[in-house]
Amino acid sequence: MTQSNSALLSVKNLSTSFHVGGQKLRAVDEVSFDLAAGEVLGIVGESGSGKSITLRSIMGLARRYGEVTGEVMWQGENLVTKPEAQMRKIRGKDIAMIFQEPMSSLNPLLTVGVQIKENLVAHTELDKKARHLRAIELLDLVGIPDALRRLNDYPHQFSGGMRQRVMIAIALASSPKLLLADEPTTALDVTIQNQILKLILDLSHELGMSVILVTHDLGVAAQTCDRLAVMYGGKLVEKGSTRDVLRNPLHRYTMGLLQSVPENVEPRTPLFSLPGTPPSLMNLPKGCAFAPRCAHAVDACVETKPPLEGTQHQVACFNPTQPPVGAGGQS
Amino acid sequence: MVKKLFFRLPRKSHMVALKRPSFLLGLFILISSISLALFPDLFAPYDPNVFDYTAIKQPPSALHWFGTDNLGRDTFSRVIWAYSVNMQMALFATIFCLAIGIFVGALVGYYGGVADMIFGRCVDAIITFPFLVLVIAVVAVLGPGLTNMYIAITLVGWVYYARLMRAEIMGQLGNDYAAAGKVMGYSDRRIIFRHLLPNAITPVIVYWMTDMALAILLGSSLGYLGLGAQPPQAEWGVLIAEGRNFITTAWWLSLMPGIAIVLTGLGFSLVGDGITDLMRPRG
Repeated sequence: MTQSNSALLSVKNLSTSFHVGGQKLRAVDEVSFDLAAGEVLGIVGESGSGKSITLRSIMGLARRYGEVTGEVMWQGENLVTKPEAQMRKIRGKDIAMIFQEPMSSLNPLLTVGVQIKENLVAHTELDKKARHLRAIELLDLVGIPDALRRLNDYPHQFSGGMRQRVMIAIALASSPKLLLADEPTTALDVTIQNQILKLILDLSHELGMSVILVTHDLGVAAQTCDRLAVMYGGKLVEKGSTRDVLRNPLHRYTMGLLQSVPENVEPRTPLFSLPGTPPSLMNLPKGCAFAPRCAHAVDACVETKPPLEGTQHQVACFNPTQPPVGAGGQS
Repeated sequence: MVKKLFFRLPRKSHMVALKRPSFLLGLFILISSISLALFPDLFAPYDPNVFDYTAIKQPPSALHWFGTDNLGRDTFSRVIWAYSVNMQMALFATIFCLAIGIFVGALVGYYGGVADMIFGRCVDAIITFPFLVLVIAVVAVLGPGLTNMYIAITLVGWVYYARLMRAEIMGQLGNDYAAAGKVMGYSDRRIIFRHLLPNAITPVIVYWMTDMALAILLGSSLGYLGLGAQPPQAEWGVLIAEGRNFITTAWWLSLMPGIAIVLTGLGFSLVGDGITDLMRPRG
């Protein structure tokens, strides 16, 4: 909200619902956030909290299966209502996306060179020779050694981490301004995770590219993101700079998440876990989605959904750990 | 596109399939059958349609390897000439099914929704009838003959290919590379035909091989019933039907074309198995 004019991407009241068996499931509920150029935003939350659907809704991939409302403002245009044919020109060119499973996100029958060049054919005016050079350059950029030779290799000849690098190379082919990363490191070894995160971060700085990083790993988010948004039950419950959110969590859920990260604990001590399970989208509570699991819920939590309040560091809670700055001080 | 797929497979997997003797045997049978079908005049010792009243219903001998029929025609030559008709059946009774099935199956598999529902009902309606009965009904309406037989088989048979193709495409859609193609901004056509189809087509090709064997069987059945190829054209089903009346006195008339059917069917099946092996290993 602080920089709604200079924002690269501005999401306002984005909601995505799916119709399942006559019921309307709201997977993403009135999500709003801004993203500045070159900024890395992390969206964290449990499985099923609506993180991935949010990304897919921004990309326009969700509307084939569900109903998307709200606004996704990108360069003065609302992507939610933009026709599919025009969305195709933005996808892969201005906004690129990478997925969780590097094992299955490359076509096993085409060489990686062909797959990189395919993006260049679709979105750039480069001729054949220029495309070849660009493909080598891209593989170099993402740190794949011996790029020229590896262009002719098939995906199965690469390791998991290397495949994710190839995916990033393809995503970067037409120099996107925004990269949506949907749990890009979840399927990788911890050591490889760090390399890939560092790569994404470095590239973001080098190319001035914004990144939305969806993850359920707070450690990953802490390392990479400038700002964090915490999602629960399809809603943003807390939003602020990574430092503020992690050092000074306001929402009880964020607090719980942080407590569940084992840090400096004795061996064999029981680990903290949030009681209960995330609510099913089939019967979301009337009030705050987290209220049934919350030890500090007040009466209002059960009846009404708390709005997102605050300026720099926002929280949607009637009884936060401390009042958010600039929110009238109710607690 | 498909051609590319064949050539770009890793070399190791070629070797595995080629080492299998059953695949080699199948390949040998198939290549022989195709040669016989293409150049019957090179292999047949006699004209298949010339009567010879001096040699009627002769049992197999050095002169007439498969014997002669009640009009003195050489059975060996007739079985060989029948290769061109029956191999043609294997091709034409399946190729249009294959093409239509791949196209329709890929589209409904990818788009789903209403199109898929309509397709599902069509499939249900068609597969509840026995295949042969439905084909006979269509031929009965259109009239007997090879062309009408191809039309009848295609009308019914594409459904089986489309069903298989649809399932395979839906399976492939679960892989992220389909979604990745979407987020790269590629067109649906490109995603379906360049990315999904080559990955999904293997089982369909294998089914095609088996189906060619079945098509020969079906074509012969229709010929036998008088609905496919018409006498005096040499066709295995027709030959068996002609020999039917003399089954006790001249067994070779029906047995020899029967063996040809079995052998050719075996060839297709073995090659189909080999192709399954050839295309299975990945990574």
